[in-house]
Amino acid sequence: MSNTKSLLTIQDLHASVEEKKIIKGLNLDVKAGEVHAIMGPNGAGKSTLGYVLSGRDGYSVESGSATLDGKDLLEMETEERARAGLFLAFQYPVEIPGVSNLEFLKASVDAQREARGEDAITSAEFLKEAKAACKQVNLPVSFLKRGVNEGFSGGEKKRNELMQMLLLKPKLCILDETDSGLDIDALQVVAEGVNSQRSADRSFIVVTHYQRLLDYIKPDFVHVLSDGKIVKSGDASLALELEAQGYAWLQKEPAEDELEG
Amino acid sequence: MTEQIDKALAREYEAGFVSDVESETFAPGLDEDVIRRISAMKGEPEWMLEWRLSAFREWLEMEEPDWALVDYPKVDFQAISYYSAPKSMKDKPKSLDEVDPELLRTYEKLGIPLIEQQMLAGIAVDAVFDSVSVVTTFREKLEEAGVIFCPISEAIHKHPDLVKKYIGSVVPKKDNYYAALNCAVFTDGSFVYIPKGTRCPMELSTYFRINEQNTGQFERTLIIADEGSHVSYLEGCTAPQRDENQLHAAVVELVAMDNAEIKYSTVQNWYPGDENGKGGIYNFVTKRGICHTSAKISWTQVETGSSVTWKYPSCILKGDNSVGEFYSVALTRGRQQADTGTKMIHLGKNTKSTIITKGISAGRSNNSYRGLVRMNPGAHGARNFTQCDSLLIGDQCGAHTFPYVESRNPSAIIEHEATTSKVSDEQMFLCRQRGLDPEKAVSMIVNGFCKEVFKELPMEFAVEAGKLLEISLEGSVG
Repeated sequence: MSNTKSLLTIQDLHASVEEKKIIKGLNLDVKAGEVHAIMGPNGAGKSTLGYVLSGRDGYSVESGSATLDGKDLLEMETEERARAGLFLAFQYPVEIPGVSNLEFLKASVDAQREARGEDAITSAEFLKEAKAACKQVNLPVSFLKRGVNEGFSGGEKKRNELMQMLLLKPKLCILDETDSGLDIDALQVVAEGVNSQRSADRSFIVVTHYQRLLDYIKPDFVHVLSDGKIVKSGDASLALELEAQGYAWLQKEPAEDELEG
Repeated sequence: MTEQIDKALAREYEAGFVSDVESETFAPGLDEDVIRRISAMKGEPEWMLEWRLSAFREWLEMEEPDWALVDYPKVDFQAISYYSAPKSMKDKPKSLDEVDPELLRTYEKLGIPLIEQQMLAGIAVDAVFDSVSVVTTFREKLEEAGVIFCPISEAIHKHPDLVKKYIGSVVPKKDNYYAALNCAVFTDGSFVYIPKGTRCPMELSTYFRINEQNTGQFERTLIIADEGSHVSYLEGCTAPQRDENQLHAAVVELVAMDNAEIKYSTVQNWYPGDENGKGGIYNFVTKRGICHTSAKISWTQVETGSSVTWKYPSCILKGDNSVGEFYSVALTRGRQQADTGTKMIHLGKNTKSTIITKGISAGRSNNSYRGLVRMNPGAHGARNFTQCDSLLIGDQCGAHTFPYVESRNPSAIIEHEATTSKVSDEQMFLCRQRGLDPEKAVSMIVNGFCKEVFKELPMEFAVEAGKLLEISLEGSVG
């Protein structure tokens, strides 16, 4: 895969939340079609990385660079990054009462199409796609009419995230601890959904705490994030090693003020 | 995020233009002579003049109410003109062809074409411009069904018995300060009568437009639905953008006879004043309906305009098994203040009422729900359900809920639910992460919040209301 071009390139990235440094000199290169797993202990900065890349308010970049498809990600507004093909699957998807899933998804798809200079998708065509996506993630079609995540169980919310990914067809998907709170059946559904979307021009960053998910989504690379930096990288076997030995052997002693975050 | 929302809320008021129409306007000031002149302009019968004068004498003895949670410089009633009419209306036009084209253009600009061929099929419109009704469409078609839909000034001449019997029967002359003032000086408004057992063949609607400067608008609407009849009515209102505050003090009375049903919807978009609270309409309105046996009155309102709103569309559930409903969306931004809600007065047995309100506050505005549910001793088995939801956008606005509950019958059941929520950072982030710009995100979240009320509006107007909210929220995020 070394001949394919880089999709995401992060160089010496430093970022903070509320003036607290979380990311401290992170480098990562993700080529088109690759799946990278990012593992690490609590507070290492795993979720922060996803938020920084997607441009969440309150997460500020101090130095370094990040490009998606050669374009400077950090210069773009949150919604522009999304339209450029970046998708974040949330660890705790939020509810939007009264806004139907279908309405929300069509508006999102149309916003992205508009940014590409395409016409809005017809309602009939979109409904067909949305129904197919429902089926693929094992959600009843009735969920399209329900409010976004409104009253969904934890597993249903995660599958709903996956459905959004199927419809938006992003270039880079960041899955933020998508496995948390899922039972084994739900985990398999999510993993199958992700695997079905793997292709030569779509990349994934799978952020997870446990090796378990990686039994189902085979990563090309595994990175260990600790104290805001990647401290070790390897292939899928590194995940197994971590499962057996924990993270302690990779971590330097954290300073007092770095224990949270 | 707050900053984005503030920007998104700094929108233009699209209806803020002034029409160049030559008008005949009274000099500002109010005394018995002015009332005699208004009555004379309308060629009213003696009984109407007497009714006005007695209301005026009552009004002089009354005090302006100050219990609402609104703060504004008191109105100088002597600085207002109480009558203004386009000159072209002097010899009343007999058909649309004779109406001043500038007036037609004004309504067209507001999205209300009065040429019948261009109108939405199935909606009849009465257009009230300052103090007079300029056009009422589809009258012949309605007359075939026996429905009377005309300016109230005309009804006073043509249907004096009906007017005499019902005017002031639901909102008495001395009901409150602004209602008494309206009785004394009202100029025009709509009159509707639906005969027994008739389902009105189309939606009826009235569009009110204030154009002249320093002029108050005092319209009066009276709707009578005879036994077993059914009508759906909508009112809309706009005004030019002006630096001075203007007063709008309307009275609406609804009478639903046995088994009749009235659905009354309002999309209120009076000029709200600028970002700093300069200008805008004072909207001090009394709306009330009476339900006889097994009748139903449903009020739906979408309030986005006015600098100060004081309005409580209410139902007197007099007949057994009668039903009252109130669905409301009130959006305030900038320095707008709204104190609005309803009164459900249960007198009859097994009467039912439902109140669903959605208050949205943004900018530095204040938005209050004030509602009374009263179960009288005779209201055996009566029920009320109230749900008041408030949504805050940003951190400089206020939302308040003042529920008043009086139960004098132990078999009555009253339920009240209230929630307050914010457009959260997480919701905004989710929407933007999926590619929506912040304005679209806010309007989508707000529309979702209002869904329960919008579904009560007639379809064409639900779309209009959604768009209006979208315009109102434009620039509230950036």
